[in-house]
Amino acid sequence: MQLIPCPWCGPREEAEFHYGGQAHVAYPGDPSALTDEEWARYVFFRENPSGPFAERWSHNAGCRRWFNAVRDTRTHDLLAVYRVGEPMPEVTA
Amino acid sequence: MTLRTPTGGSIDRNTLLHFTFNGRPYTGHPGDTLASALLAHGVHEIGSSVKLGRPRGIVAAGSEDPTSLVQVEAPFSEPMLPATTVELYDGLVARGLAGQGRLSAEPDPARYDAKHEHCDVLVVGAGPAGLMAALTAARSGARVVLVDEQNQAGGALLGVDEYLDDRPSAEWVADVVAELRSTPGVLVLERTTAFGMYQDGFVLALQKRTDHLGFAAPASVARQRVWRIRTKQTVLATGAHERPVAFTDNDRPGIMLASSARTFLHRYGVLPGSRAVVFTTNDSAYCAAIDLAESGVDIALIADARPETPARLATECAARGIEVRAGHVVVGTQGDGRVSGVRIAPLAGTSPDVTVACDTVLVSGGWNPVVSLFSQARGKLRYDAELGAFVPGEELPTVRVAGSATGELDLGACARQGRDAGAQAAAAAGFTPGGQVPLPVSDSRCTARSGLVLWRVPGDDDASFVDLQRDSTVADVLRATGAGLRSLEHVKRYTTIGTAHDQGKTSGMIAAGIVAEELGVELAEQRPTTFRPPFTSVSFAALAGRDRGELHDPVRVTSIHPWHVAHGALFEDVGQWKRPWYYPQEGEDLHTAVLRECKATRESVGMMDGSTLGKIDVQGRDAGKFLDMLYTNMMGTLKVGRIRYGVMCGVDGMVIDDGTVIRIGEERYLVTTTTGNAAKILDWMEEWLQTEWPHLDVHCTSVTEHWATIPLVGPRSRDVLAAVAPSLDVSNEAFEFMTWRDTEVAGVPARVCRISFSGELAYEINVTAWHGIAVWEALMAAGEQYGITPYGTETMHVLRAEKGYPIIGQETDATVTPQDLGMSWAVSKKKPDFIGKRSFARAENNRSDRKQLVGLLPVDPAVLLPEGSQIVETDRLPEPPVRMLGHVTSSYPSAALGRTFALALLRSGHERIGETLYVPVEDSLVPVTVTESVLYDKEGARRDG
Ligand SMILES: [Zn+2]
Repeated sequence: MQLIPCPWCGPREEAEFHYGGQAHVAYPGDPSALTDEEWARYVFFRENPSGPFAERWSHNAGCRRWFNAVRDTRTHDLLAVYRVGEPMPEVTA
Repeated sequence: MTLRTPTGGSIDRNTLLHFTFNGRPYTGHPGDTLASALLAHGVHEIGSSVKLGRPRGIVAAGSEDPTSLVQVEAPFSEPMLPATTVELYDGLVARGLAGQGRLSAEPDPARYDAKHEHCDVLVVGAGPAGLMAALTAARSGARVVLVDEQNQAGGALLGVDEYLDDRPSAEWVADVVAELRSTPGVLVLERTTAFGMYQDGFVLALQKRTDHLGFAAPASVARQRVWRIRTKQTVLATGAHERPVAFTDNDRPGIMLASSARTFLHRYGVLPGSRAVVFTTNDSAYCAAIDLAESGVDIALIADARPETPARLATECAARGIEVRAGHVVVGTQGDGRVSGVRIAPLAGTSPDVTVACDTVLVSGGWNPVVSLFSQARGKLRYDAELGAFVPGEELPTVRVAGSATGELDLGACARQGRDAGAQAAAAAGFTPGGQVPLPVSDSRCTARSGLVLWRVPGDDDASFVDLQRDSTVADVLRATGAGLRSLEHVKRYTTIGTAHDQGKTSGMIAAGIVAEELGVELAEQRPTTFRPPFTSVSFAALAGRDRGELHDPVRVTSIHPWHVAHGALFEDVGQWKRPWYYPQEGEDLHTAVLRECKATRESVGMMDGSTLGKIDVQGRDAGKFLDMLYTNMMGTLKVGRIRYGVMCGVDGMVIDDGTVIRIGEERYLVTTTTGNAAKILDWMEEWLQTEWPHLDVHCTSVTEHWATIPLVGPRSRDVLAAVAPSLDVSNEAFEFMTWRDTEVAGVPARVCRISFSGELAYEINVTAWHGIAVWEALMAAGEQYGITPYGTETMHVLRAEKGYPIIGQETDATVTPQDLGMSWAVSKKKPDFIGKRSFARAENNRSDRKQLVGLLPVDPAVLLPEGSQIVETDRLPEPPVRMLGHVTSSYPSAALGRTFALALLRSGHERIGETLYVPVEDSLVPVTVTESVLYDKEGARRDG
């Protein structure tokens, strides 16, 4: 079982965490201004890269904080974790 | 006949154990396995093969054995155990299997558990390399865990009669183990198999703690334990397995691996037979032949596939009168059951074969490093052409491999590798080396490196077995390659080779070799099949551990639960909650009880335990703003003291939950969720607050279990409440629908909400959970004169369905909008935005043929439609595919309606009201009339009593 380094608690067992999909997909400022296609892109479309991927995690069974992580989808290695509101750090995969 | 040597072996010859195999009594000694004890009596034939029914024996001495499967019958029935892994105990009853066992029909009385362990260096395998690694790491001060599959340390040393540092190797082993055990922070676990290796140094190991004690196993000790080890560094000293060669009729009992025969001799004092033929491709089998010859076994000859025999070993054989034939192989065997002879022929050329009588054949086709855990740790493997096997092909930052698991077969070199790996692992974990551990000096005359890689001997491919447990032959491999399969993974699945209990420990490499030969490719270019956990079989009982029965999942009960139990309620599981389902009286079934409960509630008064309802306290300056974004309707404008029903949607506009929102203060709301969604909705709130709107001043917390919640329902509910809440003005004018009051009920502080999930006059009484039972009983007493009736979830469902109120998860399935449910009235037109709003404007959401909530009345009022039934248009089914218009979501008999009714999600449902449609039930099509979803008291006349 993988260890996930919660930016608030440190490394904890994967089973304590909940996955939240791609990070940095902001809720649109004015949804009513979007076309159907633009809105559908927000609701339904997410990236699926082979390699580093910024995604959201929640330390559900721990501090219950949401945070962001860059995970290499090829290896599951977590290349970086950072708190909500912080910019995505540079990573080398 | 006894084949027990007069001396030797780590068995207790002074103690006799009695056991039964295939119905016959035998004896053995402590230290024996079932396999060694049977061999001591000359019993080679254990069972028969799974597909062909051919007799099968004992091929190996350890867990790699593919054939000796037995079912232990006593003390407790357990299937599919290799006899080589069953430690003998007094009273053991076992029988050989025909390839498949049978699970016990009785519950396993044994206890299983799990333990967590954290360490700096984990060493897997207590052979020479593992012991050196563990000792070196331990002397550095690191926390070391050493696990080993066997009941004693030593690894390959257990199967030889060699000296280390001029004394029996067992003494050297004992000294090392003694030092390890006396070192603080070091844990030595025998009978413990590391079976799975995962990310970040997580290793699962199974310890068999009392299996070997049989009937004497104390019930208070967990029989098996799963160790959940988290380690910084790992040294894999997992050794190597000898592999056989495929030849015609190579599966007869009496044919075994040469090194395993040597292990049976030295570890158990057992001879495999009286006259043996040795067939080898390398040097190691010579040592077995010489040792067995010195113990009295007649070695008929050694067929060495290599054109040249090793000079020194050949000389030693000659000195003992053992004939060695270079360039020769076994081309076939004979026997009725057990092998009685072999045919020998040159590997090259066409010379006629000669028959040699024997009762034992010892085979060595070389060595396969045990790389399973390394591969599980995502280490890449490399094909070693000289060894004819896959070996670790890279270094990993936290996993080191030492000893014969690397392909190194020289004892001294293995020990050195172990010491180096232990030192490196300790250093990588942050420890400085302690005293230098001296390398043991070996007197071994055996090396095994200079081998010939030989997978198979040409012959009858249909009788040349690759995987003896799966009955898969060379011919099966050829069929796979003939069918165009090239990848080893595909061949594995096509032939099933390597998929049995032994995971192909002796067969996988041979299959790979034959595939490469047939395809004319180098094995180095072939990707080996992926090794997956578990390395050896692990029972579900062990994996479940203590999480069985009542401990499997937490059970949540309300504070009023004891009353329900005392009054005969039957319970329904809702998530982890136990909820009263209905309260049957003498002679009642579900239907009659529910009709009674419904009737009493609609005509007088009923009450239920609603404490499981999810409750979330939402506080903060921006609480109203926040709830306005979460709910489809307006909450920010709700006045303190009032209540509003609300619907929540996902961004896709689909309903995810509903409930009531009550405003407690300017900056404080209490929202309720459906019982099953309480945690999910709290998570949903936290997600939006933390990730999208961290600037909002809002805090949420679950208060579900703080409150006991009692809906008091029916025309007489006002009278009952008045009796127990004398300070509360319960009149309709003073206490309106959708308002709440803080008051006292039955003498304790209470919050009473005028809400209704049944259409009747109703009050929801909330008190702290401590007072739940007292208030419940006070209400029962006050309502006695009105025949107050406790009811369960089934009656609640009927009452709400009669009113067309949906249940989230029953009428909805994440494809249903508020509009589909006929709840456009709950969707704000005024709010600029809320979650889901934009999706309501999508074309898909505005199709007229969406599935919409309707009522269905079967034309025959006695017919109850099964929930989940499909709805079709015509009274006769057309040829498939039949167009499905929707499905029945809820269906009940109704006391109030005097008939059955149903709710359904129906395509264009709102337009179809009045139509007759059909519901296939078994072989008939039941006609139904489509109605509005509200079937009872459409005017809402009963709400105010
Ligand atoms: Zn945390």
